[in-house]
Amino acid sequence: MIPEIIIRNAPALLIAVPMLAAFVTPVIAKAGNGVMKAWALLATAVTAAIAGIIAWQVLDFGTIIYTFGAAAPGLTIPLDSGGIPVRIIFTIDAMSAFMGIIAAISGFAVCLYAIASEKRQTGQEMFFALLLLLEVGILGMVSTGDLFNFFVFLEINSIAGAALVSYRIRGGLSVEAAMKYGFVSTLGGLIVLTAIGLLYGQYGALNMAMVATRMQFTVLDGIALAMLVTALAMKSGAVPMHFWTPDAYGLAPSSVTAFLVVASQASLYGVFRIVFTLYGGIVQTLDWTTVGWIVIVLGVLSMFVGVTMAIPQHDVKRLMAYHAVSQTGYMLLGVGVGIALLGTASFDTYGIVAMEGGIFHIFNHAMYKGLLFLTAGAIIYRTGTSDLNRMGGLGHSMKWTMLFFGIGALAIAGIPPFNGFASKLMIYESVYLFNPLLAVIAMVVSILTLASFVKVFHAMFMGPKLPEFAEVQEVPAPMLLGMGLLAVIVVLFGVFPDQVVAGLVEPAARALADQGAYIASVLGGA
Amino acid sequence: MIANLPFIAVTVIALIGIVVILTRKNLVKMVMGLSLIEAAVNLFLVSLGYRNGGIAPIFTNAPAGEMVMPTVQAMTLTNIVIGIATTALLLSFVMLVYRKYGSADAGVMRRLKE
Repeated sequence: MIPEIIIRNAPALLIAVPMLAAFVTPVIAKAGNGVMKAWALLATAVTAAIAGIIAWQVLDFGTIIYTFGAAAPGLTIPLDSGGIPVRIIFTIDAMSAFMGIIAAISGFAVCLYAIASEKRQTGQEMFFALLLLLEVGILGMVSTGDLFNFFVFLEINSIAGAALVSYRIRGGLSVEAAMKYGFVSTLGGLIVLTAIGLLYGQYGALNMAMVATRMQFTVLDGIALAMLVTALAMKSGAVPMHFWTPDAYGLAPSSVTAFLVVASQASLYGVFRIVFTLYGGIVQTLDWTTVGWIVIVLGVLSMFVGVTMAIPQHDVKRLMAYHAVSQTGYMLLGVGVGIALLGTASFDTYGIVAMEGGIFHIFNHAMYKGLLFLTAGAIIYRTGTSDLNRMGGLGHSMKWTMLFFGIGALAIAGIPPFNGFASKLMIYESVYLFNPLLAVIAMVVSILTLASFVKVFHAMFMGPKLPEFAEVQEVPAPMLLGMGLLAVIVVLFGVFPDQVVAGLVEPAARALADQGAYIASVLGGA
Repeated sequence: MIANLPFIAVTVIALIGIVVILTRKNLVKMVMGLSLIEAAVNLFLVSLGYRNGGIAPIFTNAPAGEMVMPTVQAMTLTNIVIGIATTALLLSFVMLVYRKYGSADAGVMRRLKE
């Protein structure tokens, strides 16, 4: 039913469709604003469909290899290259496909939401073009198997992200935030490039699988690892390099913030990919327990600092941004425990569960955090303020938004039957076996998160109807649909976590942990 | 020693860039510092691929002998283009900040701090 040619070239289309659509958007806008929006929505929908096809292919038939410019996609090593994969190769294993689905769903929901939420702004064609480019950056980062290509997509991600943060200007405030974000991202990008240069200088290859097989773990490799992890952790907003997140998340349009969360997670994916795939083969030389504990400590710090900074905030989006930092900590904690146990007997019993929990949490976080930012945007759209102290009684007029916010808030606090509970339970159970104290900290942070969101819920929706908000109505249908889509996923994944974990998350965790299979899929044999 | 000269230059340029970013308050100068670091990275990449006495990596009718590595040159070219995009974007942010606040000094960007 799906033409063979589409299936075969799906990895290229995954990038080509949103990128071409992005550059055509300003031209299409000449035909009218409505046409342009329909075009952008169509582009994200098609991208989501392609991401779905790729995930289905990967889960059914294994890792997809797509070599650009080769006679056949599977022809990774040209005959006259001396055994080096010189071409750019997309290597989409279960983990990449998993991240691709997150980005595609989120992109579609955000685009749907933005159609209504940005309608009062000027320059909308640029907004949608940049939104599509941001999607290109994220999808490229998670699909590519080439180090330099990864850097290029990282930069696309940074530039589009920074431009989108500044979109509303808001008397210069958004520009300040964008300046900070752009500066940090560019510096991070240059650090990543230097590290890639260090690796290329030693191993003469840019392909991740090739570098991984040649990896000797010299002093220079250690430096490169530190640089890569630092720069990417900075871009994913983990403590202690989280200073840009509250500004960028807080001052970007809400639709953009929901997508920036995914952009940050693509950087987190980069950290995992580099640690597991690039450096995973040197189990004997590198002290995995130490690396694991570094990640765990970063995670615990992020969890704790994020939530404690969130509690006193009175700007709803800044508050949510600090919670995003806190939730990133859970992912780092889960995967960190997996890293610490890598290669030991415990890895197969509970180490893999911890990793699955952390990876599942990436998906869940993108969904419920996106949902929360979108509901915050809906409130700001109608009331014109983001100050919690000035809100109140909105539950009378914005019932759907209240429902969606409630779902998102319960999910982030880890209350059953929502998806946050499913992944947090996996993290608690496995981390408890690793170190009970860490599990206790994780639970305390969850309780603080719940407390914080109960306060927000009360401030926004409860109480008598305020006179200044007498005119407030429910937000337009596209915004409700965008939020509704994410809310349905939050609930579905919470009700059927076992199916999702078995079908999607476990293959992703296994693919990440199994470096040999990754290398073999690119270089053959091994 | 003489072979390491490019890498020493890379370190010096990058350090100048970092010092500029840390000590200057003018946003334009901070962006210039960032551009300096970028230039250092570019120089680093090109020096990585240099082979003493190597010729340009053009295969058609090439004389025998070593060639310099072409991949890093392609990477440098790409990074130059990316650098132009980021610098232009950051400078346009500076322009907007100047227009809104009447100054391009990092000191005026205090409104976000709480």
